[in-house]
Amino acid sequence: MTAQTPTLTAEPLDTYTLNMGPQHPSTHGVLRLVLTLRGEKLVHVDPVIGYGHRGHEKMAENRTYAQFLPNTSRQDYLSGVIYNNAWCEAVEKLAGIPVPERALVARVILAEFNRLASHLMWIGAYLLDLGGWTPQLYTWDDREAILFLLESVTGSRLTYCTGRFGGLSRDLDADFPARARVVLKKLKDRWQEYEDLVEGNVIFVQRTRGVGIFTKEQCQSYGVTGSSLRAAGVAYDVRKVEPYGAYPRFQFDIPTRPESDAFARYWVRVQEMKQSVRIIEQALEQLPDGPILTERGLGSKKRLKLPVGTQYYAVEAARGAYGILLVSEGGTEPYRAKFRVPSYANLAVMQDVMPGYMVADLVGILGSIDVIIPEIDR
Amino acid sequence: MTLLTGLRDWIAGFLGEFLATWLLGAALIMTFLAFNVLFLVLAERKLAGHFQRRVGPMEVGPHGSLQSIADMIKLLGKQILTPVATDRFVYLLAPLMVFLPTLCVASLIPLTGAEAFANQPYGLLVIIALSGVTVLSIFMAGWSSNNKYAVLGGMRSVSQVIAYEIPVLLAALSVVMIAQTTNLRQIVEAQANTHWYVLYQPIAALLFFIGITAETNRAPFDIPEAESELVGGFHTEYSGMRFAMFFFAEYTNMLVLGALGATLFLGGWLGPWLPGPVWLLLKTYAVIFVLIWVRWTFPRLRFDQLMSFAWKLLIPVALLNLVITAILVHGVG
Repeated sequence: MTAQTPTLTAEPLDTYTLNMGPQHPSTHGVLRLVLTLRGEKLVHVDPVIGYGHRGHEKMAENRTYAQFLPNTSRQDYLSGVIYNNAWCEAVEKLAGIPVPERALVARVILAEFNRLASHLMWIGAYLLDLGGWTPQLYTWDDREAILFLLESVTGSRLTYCTGRFGGLSRDLDADFPARARVVLKKLKDRWQEYEDLVEGNVIFVQRTRGVGIFTKEQCQSYGVTGSSLRAAGVAYDVRKVEPYGAYPRFQFDIPTRPESDAFARYWVRVQEMKQSVRIIEQALEQLPDGPILTERGLGSKKRLKLPVGTQYYAVEAARGAYGILLVSEGGTEPYRAKFRVPSYANLAVMQDVMPGYMVADLVGILGSIDVIIPEIDR
Repeated sequence: MTLLTGLRDWIAGFLGEFLATWLLGAALIMTFLAFNVLFLVLAERKLAGHFQRRVGPMEVGPHGSLQSIADMIKLLGKQILTPVATDRFVYLLAPLMVFLPTLCVASLIPLTGAEAFANQPYGLLVIIALSGVTVLSIFMAGWSSNNKYAVLGGMRSVSQVIAYEIPVLLAALSVVMIAQTTNLRQIVEAQANTHWYVLYQPIAALLFFIGITAETNRAPFDIPEAESELVGGFHTEYSGMRFAMFFFAEYTNMLVLGALGATLFLGGWLGPWLPGPVWLLLKTYAVIFVLIWVRWTFPRLRFDQLMSFAWKLLIPVALLNLVITAILVHGVG
């Protein structure tokens, strides 16, 4: 009689399941990852989403266009201005509401400041994921200066709602450009410090080089956009490809990098911040005088009726292409509003990328694509 | 001192001379270590605050100086939870066992040149052997918690400490070669005649420092409790005072290994004007300051990078350093 010994290489025997989240320090919100591990190696990653579902799309269907405005900045709470503007611009485009020059440029200034704040926060949070505690406080210090600036215009620090149909609800102060230039000066002095502290750090480079690589084909099939796509060598930026608002007037470059690893994503984001500063400087220079809002009252008008039609409007948010599909049947409320959020596609590609890496890399990869979970759950 | 002697005589009245000395010594060491932990936790938080352009704790006491005591009271008052399906005996034993080896090591560090203190002929070897035992209770904690994060943390801890014990030992051995003894007191006395060994053995001192950073599980080698990956690592399931025990052990371990480093490389109690123990403590805290500094500066290494760093870089360098030391000591004299 021969004893049968089980072979430990068989699939179900030597792997185990680890449930990561929804309560976990580094899943950036309420994301749950069901990991199948062999030792510390990832065999399979299964993201489970929906813990933060609030029904934004359904809410849009039974609210007037103006009533939905506060919802926009609660989808991606780190780049609220951009989302807020996008909703206003989509409605304006469908309704044919003219926007004053000053408001167009002011929107760009606020949006780019918001992008800077979002990227700064990402750098801090990403290094925290990798175990470096201190950089976070430094980037948040810079972000704080931007938040003060945005607060002086919008009155809020996180969930901005200044956009109105036909402009902005509040004008930029007379001394806003001067204060903005002080902040930009401070930021420009900081680039070198970030590069020395982070890119010159052997441990950081070791943790991020060659980690979390996805190909252009994978990006295409999943619809990856934003910095992650640009880090994969594709110069795709909605601001350049389908220019909107006042963006065609400004000179800026799209930084790309061919490696497509976590380090490339970090590098691209830092370069993007430099470009944002460049855009803001030009916009401050060209900021025209005049009204900020076409018609006071139109912006918050409850009974605003849109003509029958379908409108797709895309902007470049801090995390990638954000699109709004707005369907109007002529009523005061949209028939359907569908939001195309960048984080959703950016997270989906991770299922293909992550297997084969270690648990520690999972955190490094997830952090490097910069997902905002409430935006995915909506 | 008369107070201590009086206390000892009073206890000796009903327990005997030997037991009284032993008990009093243990109590003194425990008290010192407990206060040291309170101080170190506060120092770490204050320093971290200033590294990060904050002020650190400010609310409790002048400039936040009583924060640790408030924390301790909080931890004492917390409910102690035992999760279901744990290996109960091991689970309860681990936090009690974790600082025993550290405590033994603490009593072996020579504080002064006085005759009574820790004059063990094989002191260094005993210390290194004992400090390797700490990892056992960490693994016990991880294994018995019935939590996958804890198991991962425990297993990482074992392989990390085993890997980094070796460079620590090899670095210490090169000091032994120069001093020609493993008696810690004689090592210090040998440095009185020459210079501090950090000048003769800079590479060994660096290796030793890296090794103790890893052995005390501190960033950039805090893999066993990597918060962003493993939540709490091996102590995920421990709460209240049981968690505090691990905390206590970690900081005590820092003190003891820092003191060992000061003894081996920085001349132990030697120094002008001030009494010996004060010098030793100052040097120890200098080592700990650098440990804290490093922790709040660097990101964490990945686990496999950590292992290859130890086996492929630190150990070969340590061995080479040992061979060169041997040649210099025996060839040149």
